[in-house]
Amino acid sequence: MTGNVGAPVEDWQQGGFGLYIHWPFCQSKCPYCDFNSHVAATIDQARWKRAYLTEIDRIGALTQDRVLNTVFFGGGTPSLMDPDVVAAVLDRVRATWPMVNDPEITLEANPGSVEAGRFRAFRGAGVNRVSMGVQALNDADLRSLGRLHSVAEARAAFDVARTTFDRVSFDLIYGRQDQTATDWTAELRRALTMAVDHLSLYQLTIEPGTAFGDRFAKGGLRGLPSEDLAADLYEITQDLCGQAGLPAYEVSNHATAGSESRHNLIYWRAGDYAGIGPGAHGRLTLDGTRWATECPKPPGAWLNVVERTGSGDLVPTALTGEDRGHEYLLMGLRLTEGLSLSRLSCMSGKALPSEKLHPLTELGLIQVDGDALRTTPAGRMVLNGVLRALV
Amino acid sequence: MTQLDLIRNFSIVAHIDHGKSTLADRLIQMTGTVAARDMKAQMLDSMDIERERGITIKANTVRIEYPAKDGNTYILNLIDTPGHVDFAYEVSRSMRAVEGSLLVVDASQGVEAQTLANVYQALDAGHEIVPVLNKIDLPAAEPDRVRQQIEDVIGLDASDAVLISAKSGLGIPDVLEAIVTRLPAPTGDRDAPLKAMLVDSWYDAYLGVVVMVRVMDGVMRKGDRVRMMQTNAVYGIDKLAVLKPQMVDIDELGPGEIGILTGSIKQVRDTRVGDTITHERRGCAEALPGFKPAQPVVFCGLFPVDAADFEPLREAIEKLSLNDASFSSEMETSAALGFGFRCGFLGLLHLEVIRDRLEREYDLDLITTAPSVVFHLHMKDGEVRDLHNPADMPDLTYIDHIDEPRIKATIMVPDEYLGDVLKLCQERRGIQQDLSYVGNRAMAVYDLPLAEVVFDFYDRLKSISKGYASFDYVISEYREDHLVKMSILVNDEPVDALSMMVHRDRADLRGRAMVEKLKDLIPRHMFKIPIQAAIGGRVIARETLSAMRKDVTAKCYGGDASRKKKLLEKQKAGKKKMRQFGKVEIPQEAFIAALKMDG
Ligand SMILES: Nc1nc2c(ncn2[C@@H]2O[C@H](COP(=O)(O)OP(=O)(O)O)[C@@H](O)[C@H]2O)c(=O)[nH]1
Ligand SMILES: C[S@@+](CC[C@H](N)C(=O)[O-])C[C@H]1O[C@@H](n2cnc3c(N)ncnc32)[C@H](O)[C@@H]1O
Ligand code: SF4
Ligand SMILES: [Mg+2]
Repeated sequence: MTGNVGAPVEDWQQGGFGLYIHWPFCQSKCPYCDFNSHVAATIDQARWKRAYLTEIDRIGALTQDRVLNTVFFGGGTPSLMDPDVVAAVLDRVRATWPMVNDPEITLEANPGSVEAGRFRAFRGAGVNRVSMGVQALNDADLRSLGRLHSVAEARAAFDVARTTFDRVSFDLIYGRQDQTATDWTAELRRALTMAVDHLSLYQLTIEPGTAFGDRFAKGGLRGLPSEDLAADLYEITQDLCGQAGLPAYEVSNHATAGSESRHNLIYWRAGDYAGIGPGAHGRLTLDGTRWATECPKPPGAWLNVVERTGSGDLVPTALTGEDRGHEYLLMGLRLTEGLSLSRLSCMSGKALPSEKLHPLTELGLIQVDGDALRTTPAGRMVLNGVLRALV
Repeated sequence: MTQLDLIRNFSIVAHIDHGKSTLADRLIQMTGTVAARDMKAQMLDSMDIERERGITIKANTVRIEYPAKDGNTYILNLIDTPGHVDFAYEVSRSMRAVEGSLLVVDASQGVEAQTLANVYQALDAGHEIVPVLNKIDLPAAEPDRVRQQIEDVIGLDASDAVLISAKSGLGIPDVLEAIVTRLPAPTGDRDAPLKAMLVDSWYDAYLGVVVMVRVMDGVMRKGDRVRMMQTNAVYGIDKLAVLKPQMVDIDELGPGEIGILTGSIKQVRDTRVGDTITHERRGCAEALPGFKPAQPVVFCGLFPVDAADFEPLREAIEKLSLNDASFSSEMETSAALGFGFRCGFLGLLHLEVIRDRLEREYDLDLITTAPSVVFHLHMKDGEVRDLHNPADMPDLTYIDHIDEPRIKATIMVPDEYLGDVLKLCQERRGIQQDLSYVGNRAMAVYDLPLAEVVFDFYDRLKSISKGYASFDYVISEYREDHLVKMSILVNDEPVDALSMMVHRDRADLRGRAMVEKLKDLIPRHMFKIPIQAAIGGRVIARETLSAMRKDVTAKCYGGDASRKKKLLEKQKAGKKKMRQFGKVEIPQEAFIAALKMDG
């Protein structure tokens, strides 16, 4: 990659450097999920391992001497990866980049017994953090979300995880069909007694192209929350988590101070990250240009192209200053800490005009605090509107 | 040139959906006028919109050759006319060009409001009428009852009505025979000076302006120089043809014949429907009575959603009005909507058809403002002004009184829905003039303000009668009433494009309905928005649209940055479909949708 789009060089290191590895397979496809995840009869894990290693070598050559902060195995269901593959990948990572003293190495896990049985091996390979997709704490809702596990299985898997890894988090989806504010309050209270230091709480999103999306488009899938109920559920979530000492540090993420997901913070702080695997995206600053990278989405296509050409990269896009500014805004304003106005204007080559900021400040949706621009809790709830007003 | 007694000119009159177009198709098909492989349904409806909506908008003609049982081959000229009230005027003109009509009535439905309106026009034009009962293939067909109805309601002898199924083709030969034996041949003098009626004209992309003519006396030949008697303009005839329904060149048209001509006529507006065409030399002494041009009765503003589209809109409107003399336009500026046009139409269907064509054929996104009728403002100084646009309403202190157009509406409806229909008419300030029964169908005649029916009356009527009511009207007179201008304020700013004239006694109701509708139509913003209806300074209805409470993407990680960025850009583009009023964005469709009344 060469070329310089001319925007002033901005210090990418402020955001850190992470590596994302995508594993695109699951045991079954959940009806709400639009991640690049597939069900496959057989998976040649050795072939996948070789392809990942090839990609690590290629990206390593581009980013020599960078200090790596984090690695994240996402999916799909990476807890179905052969621990040997995870170990080989992490070995190659360590051989390629110098790493910080306490790198964060996360793996997304489904809460089934198969996965739990592998946790020790993952830990042995170097994984030190697990993020587990529990999704719901009642069996009826787990079934309507199309999940294969029960609450009891999830709890058991989570217990194993908690004793195996330094850091554990789990995900819940709320705003489910017919879920009342009372239901969610009770369920979240239970979740908070289980939680260690990190929780991801996502409002159910109906994504086009998923089974839920199709049902919704045909007028099915009744009982989804109105805007007002959704707002109430979100507020309840903020309040309860705050009281429990896990305040939101991002729209859907809650943690005790210092336990935030460092890898995800790289995204929201507009740091650099390399993306490996089918459909993986990356952002890499090379010679003063920030590149958006992307890999082919179908697993087979990615595997083939890596094997044939030694690169899983589609043609990367050089981001303009404006692109970078927009990305920083839409990622950074998700964070409670907000973003740096001087960094933003350095990226986009111009300052955010005060006529855009002023009305939002008046409405109590954003706050300017020295160099920091952040959304207020009310502003974060209508972030899409705030962004439309700002870009 | 055909012998007069071997010509029959006729039209088909029917209520919508009773089978006029299907019958025309069968007549064309059975006489082999169009080769089977070129046949398509609704042959005479040539515009996309006509085919899609199943309605006839523009008159059309076809020449059919029919070898009759008497051994002679006849020339049958069918003029197909629109069925909708908006185009009633066009129908009455076309009827002057023919001598007879087939009255088509759906034998399963019976006489409907447009059957009446159209048959009266045919009778006014002095037509001989052959009743045709269609759809006798349907189990629900009741030919005897409908025959009786035709006699009772219209006063026509229906004992030898022709029974047909236009769909299956049953009875079509009888229709052809009836045309020849029961309709009169045209009369005319071949040796007299040329006298031809200008029946219609339209713009054709290849030929320019095309004029449909019916020759009364004399002979018209290719190359002749002819004079339009009203405009006094002289043209050379470049082309003379008949429509079968595609054009077939012909050397001359004699008395009783119908065909088309082209000359170097620049625009449709240079032709006057009903005008008399004669030769430049040796012209006829006396012109045909002629017609008044159709007057637009409904006006609305058309604005481009994207202000940059003003020029393309201007060009598109110019092109369309070249082809449609009943559509008027004038430049307009609105404080809120910028530059656009105030346009006049024959009715709401005409409005929708034109708007559809502008959007489709010219790829424009338009905002249509509240349709309004023309009010007559009687000023204190004695001047009388036309008010086409509520936004132009002068200060009340200068106005003595306001007159509004009234219509005579005929509604036919099955008994069980009559109560609701009468209630609707009452709510719309109607005054009952007559109520009678034909079997179990009621026929109500109402004096109604045009302003109250112009918008959604027909839709309401259809919905409360489950589609069984039929409706037709004629404009009757202008009459004084207590009319006021209602303004709509969104976030405390008046939106001129939403203001309308209403009756004082109906203002509260309309105001309430409008603000409630707008509350649903305007998307939530980041702040709360008061929506008010006001008369002068007095607020008569108020709603508050609460602020948006939640609009945030739940998951946004590394792979989502690009997607989210695109979405944001798309949403920004979506904003262009909205219009900014102060701090508030109003979607384009809100302007019309806000007017629909539920009661
Ligand atoms: N069953 C039956 N349907 C018919 C007959 N003639 C017309 N139709 C149907 O009635 C509908 C309206 O016919 P159309 O010719 O478009 O009516 P127009 O509005 O009077 O031109 C169409 O769906 C036709 O297929 C008929 O003889 N029998
Ligand atoms: C890549 S998925 C996760 C991992 C793992 N395969 C699992 O399902 O447990 C990341 C998380 O996104 C959340 N998620 C996925 N689709 C969602 C949707 N349509 N609406 C809300 N949250 C969703 C779920 O909580 C899920 O755990
Ligand atoms: S939610 Fe998780 S398990 Fe379900 S399909 Fe998506 S990635 Fe796979
Ligand atoms: Mg028709």
